[in-house]
Amino acid sequence: MSTEKKLKRIIIEPVTRVEGHGKVSILLDEKNKVRQARLHIVEFRGFERFIQGRPYWEVPVLVQRLCGICPVSHHLAAAKAMDVIVGADKLTPAAEKIRRLMHYGQMFQSHALHFFHLCSPDLLFGFESDPAIRNVIGVAAKFPALAVQGVMMRKYGQEIIKATAGKKIHGTGAIPGGVNKNLSTAERDVFLKDIEKMMDWARGALKIAKDYTVEHLQTLAPFGSFDSNHLSLVRKDGAMDLYHGNLRAIDAQGDKIFDQVDYQKYLDYIAEEVRSWSYMKFPFIKQLGPENGWYRVGPLARLNTCDFIDTPEAEKARKEFTAVTNNKPNNITMAYHWARMIELLHSIEKIKDLLNDKDLQGKDLVVKGKRREEGVGLIEAPRGTLFHHYRVNKNDQIEMANLIVSTTHNNEPMNRAVQKVAEDKLSGQKITEGLLNNVEVAIRAYDPCLSCATHAMGKMPLTIELYDHNGNLLDRKTKS
Amino acid sequence: MSDNITFTIDGVEVKARHGETIIEAADRAGIYIPRLCYMKDLIPHGSCRVCTVMVNGRPQAACTQPVVQGIVVENNTPAMQKHRRNLIDMLFVEGNHFCMFCEKSGNCELQAMAYRFGIPAPKYPYMFPDKDIDASHPDIFIDRNRCILCGRCVSASRDVDGKTAFEFAGRGPHKKIAVNAEANLGDTNAEASDKAMSVCPVGALMKKRIGFAVPIGSRKYDTKPIGSEIESSTRK
Ligand code: FES
Ligand code: NI
Repeated sequence: MSTEKKLKRIIIEPVTRVEGHGKVSILLDEKNKVRQARLHIVEFRGFERFIQGRPYWEVPVLVQRLCGICPVSHHLAAAKAMDVIVGADKLTPAAEKIRRLMHYGQMFQSHALHFFHLCSPDLLFGFESDPAIRNVIGVAAKFPALAVQGVMMRKYGQEIIKATAGKKIHGTGAIPGGVNKNLSTAERDVFLKDIEKMMDWARGALKIAKDYTVEHLQTLAPFGSFDSNHLSLVRKDGAMDLYHGNLRAIDAQGDKIFDQVDYQKYLDYIAEEVRSWSYMKFPFIKQLGPENGWYRVGPLARLNTCDFIDTPEAEKARKEFTAVTNNKPNNITMAYHWARMIELLHSIEKIKDLLNDKDLQGKDLVVKGKRREEGVGLIEAPRGTLFHHYRVNKNDQIEMANLIVSTTHNNEPMNRAVQKVAEDKLSGQKITEGLLNNVEVAIRAYDPCLSCATHAMGKMPLTIELYDHNGNLLDRKTKS
Repeated sequence: MSDNITFTIDGVEVKARHGETIIEAADRAGIYIPRLCYMKDLIPHGSCRVCTVMVNGRPQAACTQPVVQGIVVENNTPAMQKHRRNLIDMLFVEGNHFCMFCEKSGNCELQAMAYRFGIPAPKYPYMFPDKDIDASHPDIFIDRNRCILCGRCVSASRDVDGKTAFEFAGRGPHKKIAVNAEANLGDTNAEASDKAMSVCPVGALMKKRIGFAVPIGSRKYDTKPIGSEIESSTRK
């Protein structure tokens, strides 16, 4: 495009401490003002083709190849889609609760990992501080007890995954119509032994996130922030439900765009826009159009969409959270961290309830009904709503697959956040350490799983490139 | 019949009956000779060569070679083990064996063999051949990505089920298990209850909709290595 040719381009590539890899480019105009900022993520949809022809019962295990970071979310979303295929409209109590336990275990370990490894350095040291100490090793040196908690919480969640799925990754627990094992009382007792400690540590992590956010609200509130719509599943009664529910979308003021939508019909409500410069699509709410219909998903969105949380401590924390914005939706990007820690506490409360539920030892594990050709499975993954959609032919083979991962939903919001930060923090034609850090921090708030979005594993060092308005390279910075 | 033949395997004296193969005698004696295509009660094919042993210094397939009084058999020697390791390696790269999402994982003889031989990953480059799935039958399917051409299904169908549902077709790298019908598996008279459906050592010929019904930990080779059922059997 001719106008873009005249603009200067800063490229930050890719973002460190974000799982996977991506690249940020910032276009300047002749006056060195930010014209446009973009987050480039190479989305590889080869997977949808790869699974064509595979037998449907293989899919919940097969999809875990998509991402080494969130395999359990893919496992469960695919299994839920396959429940629809095999006509299992209502799982047995044992099956549903085992799956929930697996999911909350994943939520707990993922949120703990994000908080302690990726976000706590920013919160504990301040994100303007020296990057040499602003990392997980710095946290371990200065706050050793906290670092140990992070490791142990993560391990706790992973052990729950192993007990329910059979393995920490590439588990097989969720099968079409149910699960393949229950939880023995011996397995349960191992988890009950440490539950109070986990609850305590989750409270502690929430306190750090909350205190930091409240204390720095003045500076955090405008940081990479903007009004947006929010989308998530909610339970029939409006409660937060991370495993199952109907779709609800609200606008920035909290008015409902749609509510209690059966996600089997998501295509009537959500569409995906393709933009020439990005491999990753841009989902939007159909009735609002691509311009205004984009939305956020994930912890912040879920705190905004739900009417309440059905566990007492997380509900108390939610009330404190919404009070900050006078019970209106919270549109502060940096509030994602606080919201995430409320969900951490909610997850461990749910795990405790489930562990004390005798249904987990139930023996009735699988149901089947009338076979269908098409099925959609949605789940609230740690990073946001995850869509799996399949069509299966009469020979039981996958004919069509469409996946929309959380990071793709947050594509536009992350671009906006980067744009906002670039506008506020960029000055001159040099890439400063400060700009680099700030862009990174804004993206990290969304906890993007670029591995999921790109369907490829691996991390790369951070590179920034600065181009003048003729497209010539002015500056380049690399950080590992 | 009486055990009227004696011979040695790795220096251990073994008694055998007239007309027995080396592998049959070894099994009864509680000595494991690794194998993939051979299966008790099926007519041996001698196709995989994993069971190769030295008989008086010459390589022979233990599953087809009859015992002879006084022969000296070398089985568990470094040379034989190396030979087998290479064969297993080759089988992995010649097909598309992705254990981490294969429903046969944990019950697969090829995978179990790799574990027994301590093969973490093949040393040869993967060939990623282009193989197809025949899912036309309502209750069974063939995933040719995982077929090692052992021929068990061919024998079982012909000799036990009396159906000749399967046959070998093609040569060399194009060799495959074909179905004895004009088009697809769905056009044969094969049924899920056939013996042929329970003999596949890998995840190639499978019953539909079983998938991952057996949890990790309860699968055949989760707790004991392949061959241990022979090694732990008391000598008869
Ligand atoms: S087992 Fe003897 S050749 Fe295959
Ligand atoms: Ni992921």
